[in-house]
Amino acid sequence: MGQLTLSGMTKNFGSVEVIKGVDLEVADGEFCVFVGPSGCGKSTLLRMIAGLEDVSGGSVTLDGRDITALPPARREIAMVFQSYALYPHLTVRDNMGLALKQAGQPKGDIRAATDRAAAMLSLDALLDRRPAELSGGQRQRVAIGRAIVRRPKLFLFDEPLSNLDAALRVQTRIEIAKLHRDLGATMVYVTHDQVEAMTLADKIVVLRAGKVEQTGAPMQLYNDPANTFVAGFIGSPQMNFLNSGALGLSSHSAGIRPEQVQLTDGPGQMGGTVSHVERLGGETLVYVHTADHGLLTARLFGEHDRAVGSDLGITFDPARLFHFDKAGQRLR
Amino acid sequence: MSQARQSPARSLAAHAVLILWTLIALFPVFVTVVNSFKSKRAIFTQPLALPGPDSFDLVGYQTVAKQGDFVAYFQNSLVVTCFSLFFVLLFGAMAAFALSEYRFRGNTLMGLYLALGIMIPIRLGTVAILQMMVATGLVNTLTALVLVYTAQGLPLAVFILSEFMRNVSDDLKNAGRIDGLSEYRIFFRLVLPLVRPAMATVAVFTMIPIWNDLWFPLILAPSESTKTITLGSQVFLGQFVSNWNAVLAALSLAILPVLVLYLIFSRQLIRGITAGAVK
Ligand SMILES: Nc1ncnc2c1ncn2[C@@H]1O[C@H](COP(=O)(O)OP(=O)(O)O)[C@@H](O)[C@H]1O
Ligand SMILES: [Mg+2]
Repeated sequence: MGQLTLSGMTKNFGSVEVIKGVDLEVADGEFCVFVGPSGCGKSTLLRMIAGLEDVSGGSVTLDGRDITALPPARREIAMVFQSYALYPHLTVRDNMGLALKQAGQPKGDIRAATDRAAAMLSLDALLDRRPAELSGGQRQRVAIGRAIVRRPKLFLFDEPLSNLDAALRVQTRIEIAKLHRDLGATMVYVTHDQVEAMTLADKIVVLRAGKVEQTGAPMQLYNDPANTFVAGFIGSPQMNFLNSGALGLSSHSAGIRPEQVQLTDGPGQMGGTVSHVERLGGETLVYVHTADHGLLTARLFGEHDRAVGSDLGITFDPARLFHFDKAGQRLR
Repeated sequence: MSQARQSPARSLAAHAVLILWTLIALFPVFVTVVNSFKSKRAIFTQPLALPGPDSFDLVGYQTVAKQGDFVAYFQNSLVVTCFSLFFVLLFGAMAAFALSEYRFRGNTLMGLYLALGIMIPIRLGTVAILQMMVATGLVNTLTALVLVYTAQGLPLAVFILSEFMRNVSDDLKNAGRIDGLSEYRIFFRLVLPLVRPAMATVAVFTMIPIWNDLWFPLILAPSESTKTITLGSQVFLGQFVSNWNAVLAALSLAILPVLVLYLIFSRQLIRGITAGAVK
């Protein structure tokens, strides 16, 4: 169980409106990711769900119960923080068991619950250590364990991977995905990294400046973005934006994904000059300067040799273009 | 280029300055302690000489010991200092937590108001304080001193501690809230241990002026039973005759407790002072 509904959520800090009316449904068992650039209000929205920040307007409902006015501990939620936030004076075991202890559960139950969570995260050997004696990755696992132990209806994650190095980040990301499958719990996850969002989410919520830009499954956002912001934010490398006028189209601008761009030695649909090449082994990114559209990115599979400064032609399937109006909204 | 040649010279200069400063700072203490072990004659003829076989004399300490109330004075000082210190740290930390943690109307103004006392000496209010103490019947009680010293120490305590508490991770406090800790538990169990170095700094800066104060004991609690050691030592200073042996012995003894407390706090103190600088 854990069906979350946000309706008309707003938040002001003084005279600044940071969250500008967010409505959202998260189904039971769903993995929902808030993604958006830094400072767009993701953490604030998450803290409002957790009850750590008062709401200025709107309501939070969990399983049909209005929890807007409840203190955080009574909301049946658990939260994992970017900075781990482990209690420095407690051992791993006590860190994980504290919430149950506060709730007045019997000692035996707490022990069983911590042992079960520790086994899920392979923390068994670390139970008697203090946070200072753990590595960053281990600390984050303990923080996740602390959330699991409570058996919450809703898990909240605030950029849990951003303090980890790249290799550990991938590993922990897989671990979180596996955890979601095993527990079947509802999770709300905040990140500014669109790769994390794409790989983890059942549903992505793209936020910009306190407003929801678009909500949908990862592939839905990728293949059917509602506006230029979502089109540019989802997908890496970023979508190319073309000047429609130069192509003789009626829209204001047109987007094309880098993998839909082909390079030819002939003239193609437009000409350009190679300005930079990135070879990643499995794929090659070629940055081509064009007179009408500026710098365009082509993503080619495998290894390709293109000399910087050489002239080439660009082709693409016009059916693959996304059309946008002047305000950046998609024209369908 | 001359990195290697330059740095010993530099560190030598730095050490020379520090050593000079240490000597200057310790000189009065040294003179006090050394002379407390000498006969009266030796104190005046050779004030800087170490006590030798013919000048060594414990008469000062004997006088102090004979003056039966001295232990009581000592006790009064200790009671006043410890209680004041406790209240300053407790209320100072609580106010600092409230100011740094909660957003409420007038937060900044309240912070400024509480810090104002750093710049305005409490002695300016002596007359009003005395009138208040007379009105409440607290004259000649240690309570009067504890209250005044608590008020005197709070501004600096609030100022320093709120600065440190702002640096305590929000995530940690929020994790505590989600786990169901009360605001009091969060304050006492999570935040206070993390600002311990700052607390030690505040403790030392608060304690020393209280222990050394002569003004308020003289005005608010001059009775025999409530005299503090600084005030008690004044019995040896007469208008016409002063028993210097006893004065110096009493002052030397009075250094001891401060020294002990300082040693307890010093490790934390150094961390507190350098917390902003190192990093
Ligand atoms: N306590 C606060 N007081 C005032 N402004 C705040 C506070 N917390 C966050 N903000 C502002 O709200 C905006 C959103 O912040 P945040 O939710 O942390 O962004 P994100 O997590 O998406 O990077 C930012 O512009 C930030 O400056
Ligand atoms: Mg954030």
